[in-house]
Amino acid sequence: MSGIVWALFGVVLAVVLPGMGSAYGVGIAGQAASGVVTEDPSKFAKVLIIQLLPGTQGIYGLLVAFITLPKLGLLGGTPVDLSIETGLLILCACLPIAVVGLISARHQGKTSAAAIGIVAKKPDQFGKAMLFPAMVETYAILALLVSILAVFGIPV
Amino acid sequence: MAVLKMQRINICGLKKNRKAILERLQYLGTLEPNMDWEEDDFLHNMDTSGAKVTFEKHTNLTERAVEILEKYEPIKASMFAGLAGKPLIDKMDYDKIVKMQDTYIIIANRIIELEKEIAEQRAEIIKLENQMEVLIPWLPLDIPMNYRGTRLTVVLLGTLPEEVSLAGVYAMLAEKAPEAEAVDVEIVSSSRDYTYLAVACLKTQAGEVEEALRSFGFAKPAYFTKEKPADVKVRIEQNIKEIQTRIQDLEVEIRGMAREREYLKILSDYYRMRAEKYQLLGTLPQTHNTFLISGYVPEKDAQKVADDLVERFGAMVELEDIKVEEEAPVLLKNNKFSESAEGVLAAFGLPGKGEIDPTAVMSFFYVFLFGLMLSDAAYGLIVMIACGLMLYKFPGMGISMRKSITLFFWCGVSTLFWGIMFGGYFGDAIDVFATTFLGVELAEGQSLIPPVWFDPLNDPTRMLIYSMLFGVIHLLTGLGMKGYMCIRDKKYMDFLCDVVLWYLLLFGLLIMLLPSSIFRSISNMEIVFPAAVNLLGKVFAIVGALGILLMSGRSSKSIGKRIALGAYDLYNLTGWLSDILSYSRLLALGLATGVIASVFNKMGSMAGSGILGLILFVLVFIIGHTFGIAINLLGAYVHTCRLQYVEFFGKFYEGGGREFKPFKENTKYVDIKEENYL
Repeated sequence: MSGIVWALFGVVLAVVLPGMGSAYGVGIAGQAASGVVTEDPSKFAKVLIIQLLPGTQGIYGLLVAFITLPKLGLLGGTPVDLSIETGLLILCACLPIAVVGLISARHQGKTSAAAIGIVAKKPDQFGKAMLFPAMVETYAILALLVSILAVFGIPV
Repeated sequence: MAVLKMQRINICGLKKNRKAILERLQYLGTLEPNMDWEEDDFLHNMDTSGAKVTFEKHTNLTERAVEILEKYEPIKASMFAGLAGKPLIDKMDYDKIVKMQDTYIIIANRIIELEKEIAEQRAEIIKLENQMEVLIPWLPLDIPMNYRGTRLTVVLLGTLPEEVSLAGVYAMLAEKAPEAEAVDVEIVSSSRDYTYLAVACLKTQAGEVEEALRSFGFAKPAYFTKEKPADVKVRIEQNIKEIQTRIQDLEVEIRGMAREREYLKILSDYYRMRAEKYQLLGTLPQTHNTFLISGYVPEKDAQKVADDLVERFGAMVELEDIKVEEEAPVLLKNNKFSESAEGVLAAFGLPGKGEIDPTAVMSFFYVFLFGLMLSDAAYGLIVMIACGLMLYKFPGMGISMRKSITLFFWCGVSTLFWGIMFGGYFGDAIDVFATTFLGVELAEGQSLIPPVWFDPLNDPTRMLIYSMLFGVIHLLTGLGMKGYMCIRDKKYMDFLCDVVLWYLLLFGLLIMLLPSSIFRSISNMEIVFPAAVNLLGKVFAIVGALGILLMSGRSSKSIGKRIALGAYDLYNLTGWLSDILSYSRLLALGLATGVIASVFNKMGSMAGSGILGLILFVLVFIIGHTFGIAINLLGAYVHTCRLQYVEFFGKFYEGGGREFKPFKENTKYVDIKEENYL
């Protein structure tokens, strides 16, 4: 029965860690964006898009949580009986997005802040500016993928 | 799908026609001036900076006046006003306004003057308010502040830097000036930091008393009024009121001029264009009677421009092809569908010298991949309708904005298609609604509107395989583009070594991979090739790998270095692997859309099936899916761009071309409609 504790712990990690990372990332990019908008409010839409980029990790974490919770019967159902082994498996499956989400969101936030600097000085280079933060996100996507495939693969 | 071919045009005209010719060229807007020359005995430069500065000054003047009008009498603009584009002005009206420019310059000057006076009056109010601030603590005083006293007595006004009671002040005096008699202290007012005192004492003892108080920090006020402070206050207030009325009058006068706004805008554009004309004129070589201009013109317009100038002004015009070593500016020409993606290409970089314009191929993949990532029929329909409406409602939209919105319209269509294929309609909203409110029983994994193809949420590995398959197709197309460029430039050796060998290696590896146990365990698909095909795959891979090893470093003379370079190029295989894996984002983002949508649907259905439940469902549905569309649009946009820029362009495209910037009517507020365009 206590397997479900481990499984829920994994779900919590998948939501909490990338969420923290995204909050940090969006926050630091938002500071840079605010600076740009003080000088030139017409760049609002562009810098907002770049500011939002590190926000996706939090959503990826949520995504993993929401495909895991119904599996555990914790979303409008009765909790399933899990062995400790299965519980730990689910915890492990949640770890990639939890850890990579946290770290990549922080770094993506810093890259976004720098990319906002590009938009401030050369607004016509928006396409390139957007690309640098998107490069960081790749690793969050790979982690998300492994987490999803693993969660799907674990029989409950 | 092309970079327009440019030609060089050399125009020689009579000096008396130079302004007319330049204005005509500016109107046609198809020539980018480009010349390299030096002044000598024969060719002269004309100093036009004076005229240019005058026009620029007038541009700023009118623009400033328009801004002021906007500040005092703003035009109510809807959220979509930015899409509407510049209004079209008749040439005749335009000429009429230009003829009356002196009148409008006076108006513009007057507007700026008024604004300046308002600013000055506002400063005056602030000054008065500051005076009043200083006065406030002294208001209870019922004598003028500069009152010197009677024959025998003196009044001392001042502040102590702390809050002191009346008894406290007397105690201070008793301590420091024990001899002083007949001292009358009045506390006018006090705050936490200051006590405002009025002290009356005998003239003979005034020095002593003041000295005593000063040792406690007594200081005289900075400013003495000649009347009672309360009277002064009334006067200042009266003054402020008068100034405010004056400001209101000024504002009314400015507002009264708001009807001239449109004319000022047109005039501002006129000056802007003239300033540009003089700027260009100042760079042109001129002889005693003639002037020259040379630059780039798209080949398709070149002859027409030449004929036009010859016919109208009797100018001498000569067209020539661009020299090989010259780097011409880039202007793209694509069909109606593909030109919408030109903005995406320009954001990366226009085709450099010798490169082809990849827009046509890229636009197809862009729309295809975007749809796969967003992959919800309802979201696609919303994007499609929103963009379609904007295109329909605002036909005067700026060109680049029009292209972007058209692109998103097509992306919406593609999203609708993939949404139907994968069975996403606001995620699983229809199923959730039916089971919660209509009491429909659905078994696990069953849906009211089943996907036409399959649901990636139920079978992510299958979707992963397809994502990578789309990726392989995309990348091989990129390699194909490189091959096309090699053949076009007749670099057959490069084509063979850099393209064909890679094709052999990649196809060989694919053929070897598909029947392998690794692939089978991932995909659960049993693929068996005949032995001959397996053998062919091995041969392809080996020939490709050996070829790359031997041929990649062919520019190097030394054998050792050549092999080393080849081995390094072969190592790029890992690059291909990571590029292909990168397409797994198609699955991840597609799942993200579906799961985020179902999260909201689930949340909405949590209150059960009653009326309250229905209200909650509708609320959560509207807010949630608005958020869902926004965040997923952003993701799809960013990652589609990334797949194009990094993975696809990485195979063949560098960019770095220079945009074609013709000498044209660069207006800010209006466009001028003229009948006779070529």
